[in-house]
Amino acid sequence: MSKKEEERRRGVFTRRALMLGAGQGGMLGFLGWRLQKLQLEQGERYATLAEENRISARLIAPPRGRVLDRAGRVIAANDLNWRALLVAEQTQDVASTLETLSRIIPLTEQDRARIEREVRRRRRFVPAVVREFLTWEEMARIEVNAPDLPGISVDVGTTRQYPWAEHLAHVVGYVAPPAEADIDGDPLLELPGIRVGRSGVEKFHDKVLRGSAGTVQFEVNAVGRVIRELDRREGARGQDVTISIDAELQKSVRGRIEEGTSVVVMDARNGEVVAMASQPSFDPNLFSSGISSAQWREWTRNRSTPLINKTTNGLYAPGSTFKMIVGLAALEAKAIGPADRVFCPGHYDLGDTRFHCWSRYGHGSVDMRGGLKNSCDVYFYEIAKRTGIDKISAMAKRFGLGVDLEIELPGTRRGFVPTRQWRIDQGKPWNLGDTVVHGIGQGFYQLTPLSLATMAARLATGRAVQPHLTRSVSGKAVRGVVAEDWPMIGIPERDLKLMREGMWAVVNEEGGTGKAGRLAASVGVLAGKTGSVQVRRVSREQRERGFRIETMPREWRPHALFVAFAPYDNPQYAISVVVEHGNSGSGAAAPLAKEIMTDVLNRFRPGATPPAAPGARTAEAAHPPQLAEAPAPPGATRR
Amino acid sequence: MITTTFFERRLLTRDRGAGVLEKFWLIPWSFVILLCAIAAVGYVALYSAGGGAAEPYASKHALRFGFGLVMMLSIAMIDIRIIAKLSWLGYALGVGLLVLVALHGQVGKGAQRWIELGPVQLQPSELMKIMLVLGLAAWFHRASWERVGNPLFLIPPVIAVLVPVGMILKQPNLGTGMITLMVGGAVFWAAGVRWWKFAAILAAAGVAAPIAYEHLHDYQRARITTFLDPESDPLGAGYNIIQSKIALGSGGLWGKGFLQGTQGHLNFLPEKQTDFIFTMLAEEFGLVGALATLLLLALVVAFALMVAVRCRHQFGRLVAVGLGTNFFLYVFVNIAMVTGSIPVGGVPLPLISHGGSAMLTTMLGCGLLMSVYVHRHAEFGATRD
Repeated sequence: MSKKEEERRRGVFTRRALMLGAGQGGMLGFLGWRLQKLQLEQGERYATLAEENRISARLIAPPRGRVLDRAGRVIAANDLNWRALLVAEQTQDVASTLETLSRIIPLTEQDRARIEREVRRRRRFVPAVVREFLTWEEMARIEVNAPDLPGISVDVGTTRQYPWAEHLAHVVGYVAPPAEADIDGDPLLELPGIRVGRSGVEKFHDKVLRGSAGTVQFEVNAVGRVIRELDRREGARGQDVTISIDAELQKSVRGRIEEGTSVVVMDARNGEVVAMASQPSFDPNLFSSGISSAQWREWTRNRSTPLINKTTNGLYAPGSTFKMIVGLAALEAKAIGPADRVFCPGHYDLGDTRFHCWSRYGHGSVDMRGGLKNSCDVYFYEIAKRTGIDKISAMAKRFGLGVDLEIELPGTRRGFVPTRQWRIDQGKPWNLGDTVVHGIGQGFYQLTPLSLATMAARLATGRAVQPHLTRSVSGKAVRGVVAEDWPMIGIPERDLKLMREGMWAVVNEEGGTGKAGRLAASVGVLAGKTGSVQVRRVSREQRERGFRIETMPREWRPHALFVAFAPYDNPQYAISVVVEHGNSGSGAAAPLAKEIMTDVLNRFRPGATPPAAPGARTAEAAHPPQLAEAPAPPGATRR
Repeated sequence: MITTTFFERRLLTRDRGAGVLEKFWLIPWSFVILLCAIAAVGYVALYSAGGGAAEPYASKHALRFGFGLVMMLSIAMIDIRIIAKLSWLGYALGVGLLVLVALHGQVGKGAQRWIELGPVQLQPSELMKIMLVLGLAAWFHRASWERVGNPLFLIPPVIAVLVPVGMILKQPNLGTGMITLMVGGAVFWAAGVRWWKFAAILAAAGVAAPIAYEHLHDYQRARITTFLDPESDPLGAGYNIIQSKIALGSGGLWGKGFLQGTQGHLNFLPEKQTDFIFTMLAEEFGLVGALATLLLLALVVAFALMVAVRCRHQFGRLVAVGLGTNFFLYVFVNIAMVTGSIPVGGVPLPLISHGGSAMLTTMLGCGLLMSVYVHRHAEFGATRD
C-alpha cells in the first residue's frame, strides 16, 4: 500500500472514528440527561414511591370503652378472645400440622379447607386464624403440645361481652362488623375483626366507645416481610360510658313481666331512665361471636319481636292515661273550671252518634277530680269537645307526647298526636266526634311507653324533663343530671296539683280505678292513672249482648296501661306500664306498677341512695320538694 | 504534536520491539488507575449489594480484578503484530466455544450461555465480541480505501459477523447478539465501508424488524412491550423497570447514603448485584455519584478513541475502535436499561457488575487496547496489495 493510500485510509478512519466518538459521547450525554430527569425533576415523586414501597402502616385497634350502670356494674365489657393462628412458613407441612392439631382441639372439615385456602392465598409468613374463642382448656392443651405443632401459636384478641345478657339487650344494644353504611372515614373501621355499635347505647355512643386507632409503621421488604418497626403512635382507648339504668332493678323488673309487656321507670326529677324493660328480649352476646342465620330468622320472624324495644318502638293509644292532658288543655283554654261539673248518664250524644262511658250506669255529676278518679269518659268527651283537638294535641306535645325525646337509643319512634290540619291534609274532614273520641285517648294517638313515662314525670315535677340514659362519659357528668337542667313547662301549679290529686284519688281513694296500684303504707304513696285501650271496636250488638272480655281471643283483648309517680308528696320516680292485651289497666298494669315502684322506692330509699353522678349535686339538694305540703287530699268518693 | 519519551524514541529506533522493562514503562498507567477507580466503585457497590459485607460479591470482585489486572498487563506487553497474526485463531476459538456452548452449555434463564471450564464459568458470547474485533481488524488491516469499496471484499467479513451473531441470538441472548452486531458494524464503519451500504442495511432492517419480532421468544417480546408501557404490568414483567426507576429517582441529588438504599436493601430492586448495580449506586450516591461513575466509564471510551486516533497502523486503529465501541455499548445499554430508556437486556456494567466472565473479557479487551497503545508505532511488514 502506497504512502498516499495509507494517508487517505487514515484520514477516512480518523474522520469516522471521531464521528463515532461524537455519537457515543452524545449518547452518554443522553444518559446523563436521563439520570438528571429521574433523580432531580422526578426525584420527589420517586422518593414518595420508594417510601410507599418500604413503609407499611398498620392500625392498632384500641380497646372499646365499657358501658357501666349507675352503680358502676359492668354492662358491656371486652372479653379476651383466644385464637389459634398458623404461620405457614414455620411448618414443613401445613396439612400434617392441622392433622395433629385436630387431635387436640376439634376442627371441622370446613375449618381445614378454609385454613388451607387462606394459607395458599396469603404469603407464608402472614398468620391465618385457625380457631377463635378457644377455651382455657383448649389453649392449655395447645401450649402443652407446642413442640408437636410447628407454626401454631395462640394470640389474644377481644370480643364484646354483655354480662347481663338479655336483661339489658334493648338498652345497651349490640355490636357487629361494620356495614357499608357505617363507614364514616374512620380508618379503624377497616381493621379486620373490628365491631361497631349496631343498636342502643352501643350505637349512640359508638364514636366515644370506639376510641381512635393507633398506628404502627413497619419497614417491609419486597415480599412484605416486616424488617423493623419505624414508628408507633398509640391510639386513644374508648371511653367508658355510665348509664342511668340500675342493672339489678332492671333484672328484677324483667323478672316480673310477661311477654308483650313494657315498663319504663324514670327518675322524675331529672329524666334519668333507671329501668327500661321490654319482653321478650334477646342475648346480645350471640352477636359478638356471630349469630347463625337460623337464630336471626327466629328472632326476626317471631311475632313477639324480641329484637324490638317496645318501650321506645311500640306504639299504643294512651287511652285513659291521656286524660290529664285533656284536663290541663281544658283548664288552660278555660273550657271548664276546676270545680265545674258534667253529668254522666253513662253515655254521651253528639248529633246522631252515641258515645258510651266505660260504665254503663254512668257517674252522675262529675268534676275534674272525680272524672280522673273514676276515669269518667263522658266528662272528658265533654271537655274535649269544648277545648278542641288542636289545643289538646299542643298540650300533649308539651308533655313529651308525639315529639322527639332525643333519648340515646337510635331508631326510637316519636309517636304521633293528630291535629285538625293533619286530617285535612289527608283529604278528610275533622269531625267533632273525632275530638270527642280523642278526649279519652283513643283515635289516632300513637304513643310509646317511654313517652307516657315522660308525661307522668312532667306531671309530677312540672319540668320538661327528657328521658335520657347517659350519666357520664369517661367520668364526666353530662348535661341533664340535675333537675335545674330542665326548664319548667309553664303550666300553673294549681292545674298540675289538681291533676296530681286526681291521680292520687285513682289509686288511694275508695272507688278509684287504680286501687290495685296502691303501695303499702310503709313504702310510700303512689299516684297514677289507669288506661285500657280497645284494639277492636266493640259493636253495639256485642255491647247489648253483654260481651265478656274473657271469651275474646287474646289478640282482640284491650291493652292495659298504667302511668304513675311516687312518692306523691315528693315525686321521685315516674313509671309507665303497658301490658299488651292485658284487658284492663286496673287489673293488669296497676298491680305491676305497684310491685315495681315498691321495689324502686325500697332500693333507692335514702340510706340506700343510688350513687349520684360524679360532679352532680345530690338530687335532694338540687330539687326542693314541690309537694311537701300535700297529704292525702280529702274528697267525696263515688263510684 | 506528540511528545515522545525516551523509551518511545528507543522503541521507534528499535523497530524489532523493546525489552520487557521498557514496555512496562510504556503502559498507560493513568488508564490503569482509571480502571482501578472503576473497579473500586464496583467494590463499593457490591459491598452494599452484599448487605454491607464483602461477602459474597465484593471480595470475589476484588480477586477477579486483581487476576484480570495481571492478565491485562501481560497482554499489554505482547507485541501487537503477534496478536494480529493470531487473530484468526482467536476468531476460530470464539466460534468454537459458541458451538460448544450450544451443545453442552449451562442453561440459565432459558438460554444456553455458559460453559464450565474447570472452576471458571465462561460466557463465550462475551469472548466472541473481542475475537470478532480482532478478526475483522486483521481482515481490514490490509485493505486500501478502494479495496474496501469492493462489495465482494466485504462478503467474508459479513459472514464472519453474522455467524457468531446468529449463534448468540439463538442461545437466545438478544442483548449480546445486538451488541456483537453493532461492534462489528463499528469496525466496518471505521474501516471505510461506504455510507450508502449502511443506509441500505438500516433500511432493510427497518423492513425486517416486524418479521424478526415474530421470531422473538415470549420473554424477549415481553421486555419490548413492557418497555413501551412498564405500568401496564406492574407486578409482572414491568416490575423490574418500575422498581429500578423508583430506586434511581428516590436517590435524588446526593443519594440516601452508603448502605442506606431502601429499594436495594429491601429487595425491591431485582438482580442488584448484576444488571441493576448502577441503580444501587445511583440510589445510594444520588445523581452526583451516578454522573461521576458515568464519567469514569466515559473516560475509558475516550481513551480507546484516543488510542485509535494516535495509532500508526490500521490493525491497531480498528481494534481500538472495536473494543472502545464494545465497552461503550456495555455501558450505554446497561444504564439505558436501568433508567428505563431501552428494553431490559441482561447486559452487565463492565468492571462494576458482579460476574467473572464479563470482568475477565473486559480486562482482556483493555489489555489488547493497551497493547495497541504500547505498540502504536509498530510497523507491520510490507503489505501485499
